[in-house]
Amino acid sequence: MALPELKQTATEARLSVMEMPTAGCTKSAREAALARVREMGLPSRRDEYWKYTRPDTLVEPQAIRAAVFEHDEKPMFDGQDRLRIVFVDGVFDAEASDDLSLEGVKIDRLEDICCKDIHWAKDLYGELEARGHTPVHRPLAALNTAFAADGVAIQVTGKPSKPINLVYIHNSENSDAILHHVVRVEEGAEVTLLENGPAASRFNKCMEIDIADGGTLHHVRAQGRDHERRAATHMFTRLGERSVYKSFTLTVNGVLTRNEQVIELTGDDAVAHVAGACVGDGDFHHDDTVFVTHDAVNCESRQVFKNVLRNGATGVFQGKILVKEGAQKTDGYQISQSLLLDEDSQFLAKPELEIYADDVACSHGSTSGAIDETALFYLRSRGVSEKDATNMLTLAFLAEAVDEIEDEALAEDIVERLEGWLTRRS
Amino acid sequence: MLEIKNLHVKLEEEEKEILKGVDLTVEAGKVHAIMGPNGSGKSTLSYVLSGRDGYEVSEGSASLSGEDLLELEPEERASAGLFLAFQYPVEIPGVGNMTFLRTAVNAQRKARGEDELSAADFLKLVRAKAKELKIDADMLKRPVNVGFSGGEKKRNEILQMAILEPRMCILDETDSGLDVDAMKLVAGGVNALRDEGRGFLVITHYQRLLDHIKPDVVHIMADGRIVKTGGADLALEVENNGYADILAEVN
Repeated sequence: MALPELKQTATEARLSVMEMPTAGCTKSAREAALARVREMGLPSRRDEYWKYTRPDTLVEPQAIRAAVFEHDEKPMFDGQDRLRIVFVDGVFDAEASDDLSLEGVKIDRLEDICCKDIHWAKDLYGELEARGHTPVHRPLAALNTAFAADGVAIQVTGKPSKPINLVYIHNSENSDAILHHVVRVEEGAEVTLLENGPAASRFNKCMEIDIADGGTLHHVRAQGRDHERRAATHMFTRLGERSVYKSFTLTVNGVLTRNEQVIELTGDDAVAHVAGACVGDGDFHHDDTVFVTHDAVNCESRQVFKNVLRNGATGVFQGKILVKEGAQKTDGYQISQSLLLDEDSQFLAKPELEIYADDVACSHGSTSGAIDETALFYLRSRGVSEKDATNMLTLAFLAEAVDEIEDEALAEDIVERLEGWLTRRS
Repeated sequence: MLEIKNLHVKLEEEEKEILKGVDLTVEAGKVHAIMGPNGSGKSTLSYVLSGRDGYEVSEGSASLSGEDLLELEPEERASAGLFLAFQYPVEIPGVGNMTFLRTAVNAQRKARGEDELSAADFLKLVRAKAKELKIDADMLKRPVNVGFSGGEKKRNEILQMAILEPRMCILDETDSGLDVDAMKLVAGGVNALRDEGRGFLVITHYQRLLDHIKPDVVHIMADGRIVKTGGADLALEVENNGYADILAEVN
């Protein structure tokens, strides 16, 4: 079916400024992705899936300038022993990165997967993204597959002794970065993947994660403080039997962030938890869009999203659990909540369940509310100042999401950032 | 110590007056009890003194050791030495009991210009006080009052009181929801804090709490006023005859 004219014009305008890297072995995947972009068209505000978040600035040919924020905090995850892979404005920086060799994991730049003939990476590149357009289109992810300029391929074969940290640094006010990572966790392997930083003025990131039977991936991400930045990220994750995927994202500031998680539980007894905590004020706009598909027996999925919004900030949650026919004994849980610190902020939530199996337990809930006055008074009556009491209750509100991080030291890093945000604003 | 003069209070946004001229003085070292039927204004008095929103003082005054309470924020009243043990302690998921206690202690110390307690000293203090009230370590680790039984919540209130060492303690129906053993434990905690420098105002429906916490003075409150004041035997009179006789006598 032909695209509406406006959509086609916008899509072609964007494509006209894009250049496909000389792609070698990913060429066919990239060309197929480009064909998908042309077929679907890039998102516009009239698309149902973009009802609450305006995609215009993510689609326009040029990225809007975003000031580089000079902050005085120590780098995220600084206290952790970790392997750092650094990207500056979306380009791998070998100098700033650590040595990429580590027992239990193989890390390669995307551009090297062809000459090194890394089969799994060639096969995975674009595969999960291509599967992720049913029933809703995710054209920004297809755009990413077609034009990604850099990225890494991470193959986890054992249990590496430390986390892999993708560090994104925003260095130019006009940067427009597209990164694509592929991750394969082999049978019984286990890794922790960290991501942090504001990346670029406009950032389009796609990560495809394939977790084999019995594999485990922990993912903790902190999206940085540069307020003017914009980001659209996609994480496509496929889980095999008894595999585990646990993801947590902290978002502090940002005029526009859309984080999509597309998760497919394809092997029995798999577990997928996705959580997010975001704090923002003013023209902050944050969107968590999650789509979990249960396509195997006795799997568990859990979504926990918490937004703290002030001074007119907007939070969006679109979360869906699809239980396919035959996916019996599914245990699905979904909660999205917002704490509105004033009357100008808003939270827009669209929780969905679609179930085609008859022996499942699925629950979902969504709430918006202000600080609990009774609890606030209780704390103040014990001598805690109104400011400190409000901050304590705000952190308490976010705790359910932060508690999803299993590693206590990583959770402490996240709490420290949240405390920093609260202190700066009160 | 606590001086309340001709206190008139109404609910904000409503014309209805709840306290209609309360006069009450609690001296240091004394335990005063307030008894009275439902709706007489006892809990309102405790809330107004501790600074809860939603009430409007239209007339009168309340001071603690000469300091005008009504001018202070709730946290300033706490630092000035006022403590309210809540009738319904609030559950606060996500805030650890220990974190809460330590923040409160140090906030008050800071407000009074004292040094903050070190983590080790604080832990020692809490452990000692918790032991006296038979509060186990698990309760201290849990979020504030979450999943606590009625008795545990009230013991947690007394624990806070023991740690914060206020000069003036108001207990709002601390006996409600307690079985006999829990009441003895709570009363024991209160009695341990009785000393010459500290005043108590014990609000209760029933005389039985006063068997365990012997009051020096008993007040009967009705329709927003103190209508009768007497010794400990006044509580027994209420227990035996109910409020009707006393109210009839006053009217």
